[in-house]
Amino acid sequence: MHELPQQLANGLILGAMYGLIAIGYTMVYGIVQLINFAHGEIFMVGGFGALTVYLILPAGFSLGAAIPLMILGGMVVSVAVATAAERFAYRPLRGAPRLAPLITAIGLSIVLQQLVWQWYPDAKKDHPFPQLEGEALSLLGADLQPGGIFLLVAAPISMIALGFFVNKTRTGRGMQATAQDPDTAKLMGINTDRIIVTAFAIGAAFAAVAAVGYGLHNGQVSFRMGFLLGLKAFTAAVLGGIGNIYGAMLGGLVLGVAEALATGYIAEIPGMELFGGGSWKDVWAFSLLIIVLLVRPQGLLGERVADRA
Amino acid sequence: MRHRSLLILTTVLTTGALTLTACGSRDDKGGGGDKGDSKTKVVIGVDSPTSGDLSALGLGIRNSADLAAKTANKNNTVPGVEFVTQPLDDQAQPNVGQQNAAKFISDKKVIGVVGPLNSSIAQVMQKPFTDAKLTQVSPANTGTELTQGPNWKAGDKKRPFAAYFRTATTDQVQGAFAAKYLYTTKKIDKVYLMDDQKTYGAGLAASFKEQFTKLGGKIVGEDHVVPEERDFNAIVTKVKNSGAKALYYGGEYPAAGPLSQQLKDAIKIPLMGGDGIYSADFLTLNKKAEGDLATSVGKPVEQLDSAKKFIDDYKAAGYKEDYEAYGGGTYDATWAIIEAVKIAVADNGGKVPADLRPKVLDAMSKVKFDGVTGPVSFDEYGDTTNTMMTAYQVENGKWAAKFSEAYKP
Repeated sequence: MHELPQQLANGLILGAMYGLIAIGYTMVYGIVQLINFAHGEIFMVGGFGALTVYLILPAGFSLGAAIPLMILGGMVVSVAVATAAERFAYRPLRGAPRLAPLITAIGLSIVLQQLVWQWYPDAKKDHPFPQLEGEALSLLGADLQPGGIFLLVAAPISMIALGFFVNKTRTGRGMQATAQDPDTAKLMGINTDRIIVTAFAIGAAFAAVAAVGYGLHNGQVSFRMGFLLGLKAFTAAVLGGIGNIYGAMLGGLVLGVAEALATGYIAEIPGMELFGGGSWKDVWAFSLLIIVLLVRPQGLLGERVADRA
Repeated sequence: MRHRSLLILTTVLTTGALTLTACGSRDDKGGGGDKGDSKTKVVIGVDSPTSGDLSALGLGIRNSADLAAKTANKNNTVPGVEFVTQPLDDQAQPNVGQQNAAKFISDKKVIGVVGPLNSSIAQVMQKPFTDAKLTQVSPANTGTELTQGPNWKAGDKKRPFAAYFRTATTDQVQGAFAAKYLYTTKKIDKVYLMDDQKTYGAGLAASFKEQFTKLGGKIVGEDHVVPEERDFNAIVTKVKNSGAKALYYGGEYPAAGPLSQQLKDAIKIPLMGGDGIYSADFLTLNKKAEGDLATSVGKPVEQLDSAKKFIDDYKAAGYKEDYEAYGGGTYDATWAIIEAVKIAVADNGGKVPADLRPKVLDAMSKVKFDGVTGPVSFDEYGDTTNTMMTAYQVENGKWAAKFSEAYKP
């Protein structure tokens, strides 16, 4: 078990990324009860937006100085795509049966993938992403790579900022009101359309931060990266209690750590040699999801909502 | 409103109809290809992934096949026959490969198919092609069971599909060659084994393991990865604590690139793989590739006299993409089909036979020529008789050939 600190660090880095993406699922679901399956692709275009910023910066520009600009560039692209999707794909379907926007989301996800595949230069295969130079940081028995440190720093900062926004600002409180009861919120003078767009935009901005972290951590981005990660992040959102922003981050961290520990240790349990390792980690992660949902159907931090399924 | 939706509907229908007509007329033009001159147009289908992760390899295959066809036309290799390639993209997906196979079979002008890249796609193509007596030659498939049947390990070799040939050697040869090179030349006796659970990767890892343990080496741990993942840190942590001196990975470069980099972030041991990682893209996706090892089929094309002409011609033809790992093998695979057509035409008194497909298939066993990668001919299973293998290592950011040998199991 001497590798435990390292495995925990691996899991937390992965989980921080899941959590950042999961915010997008949870915010949109909390307000319009829509599972935005295109959110994985919002994450993906954010990565390509950040990459574009890096590529058009003059040579010799240090990556450290470029990162804030890359995050900004990724956010601009992600938010633009997400708000456009809300305006043209989801708003016309508001009030339609719930399956219609769900199918739209899946369609939109395929469209976004294919657009990047078709039009972004050299995106038909994995595209190299700039990586931070520098040695790993040794901390409490774990070696942390610069890309991982970025995620471990970015996630809590983002969460604090989001918590402040939702609880302290006027728009944030409007958001909570809309989530609780959209009709009453409207009667109280809240512009719910604007609130919904804001929810999409915030989710997209967080996805862009996650995408920059993904690129820095793994050294590449690809047009397909949103699919698997989107699915995992959605799982994290459900695990933490969909609709709850802190739950999304907690769910992400739990899922990430569960995957790392399953990879690391299941095979060492006597008799379980066949069921451990990288190929089975998803099975264990989803088993955990099922168990949590059996005990707490509303998720780790979710509140029980009686009138909505 | 009613009028508007009617308008949209009409527009959609008209557009659809026009598109279909456009397709139809293009096909017709292809059929009327033998206009003035009396040359018969013969189509060689090419199936490879020209988009997606593996497109670097796939585009090299497409271009090299095209080059072979053009060379045959220029030299008038088969009098009275003009060769045309028809490339299709299989996106490295078996279901797309299946559709491509159906397309090739239904086009009667297609008399042979070069490809695919992936063994898992070959598996879905073999039966339809054999039923249609359509010859298929893969430059890249290394899955042993493709030619020797599912029970080859037990010594019960049986050729399952008569229309399938390949110019690449099998995983059996490649994995064993890698094990021997790592153990005897590199003196590495402890290896962590990993694969991506696909036909190619798992087969390669299995044959590596068999030979490596037979030689006296020790497999200190085994694991499998999901090929779409890019974060392998949890597995790498296990490798670090296993005492392994190298990691052998059965799989392809999109996952192997990040895996190798994350491996070296944690521990300074090399990653070794098969021809699936022997690509320039492995180096662009992996900033710490230095010292990594790979095996590939054939001698490096750059070192063969027979290949000089291929490389010069390829450059002269001005293809945008590199010929990559399978360029030479693809050229030979295409040329094998061209030679088979030549034999079939010669047997028919110099005229193109009406039923070219079965005639070409019959002629395949008689094909024998000196190709880009060495002498090309096929044994009773459809395998190449050339078992030349080469080990490569990354040096100064480039793949450098280290050792070549005609491997005998």
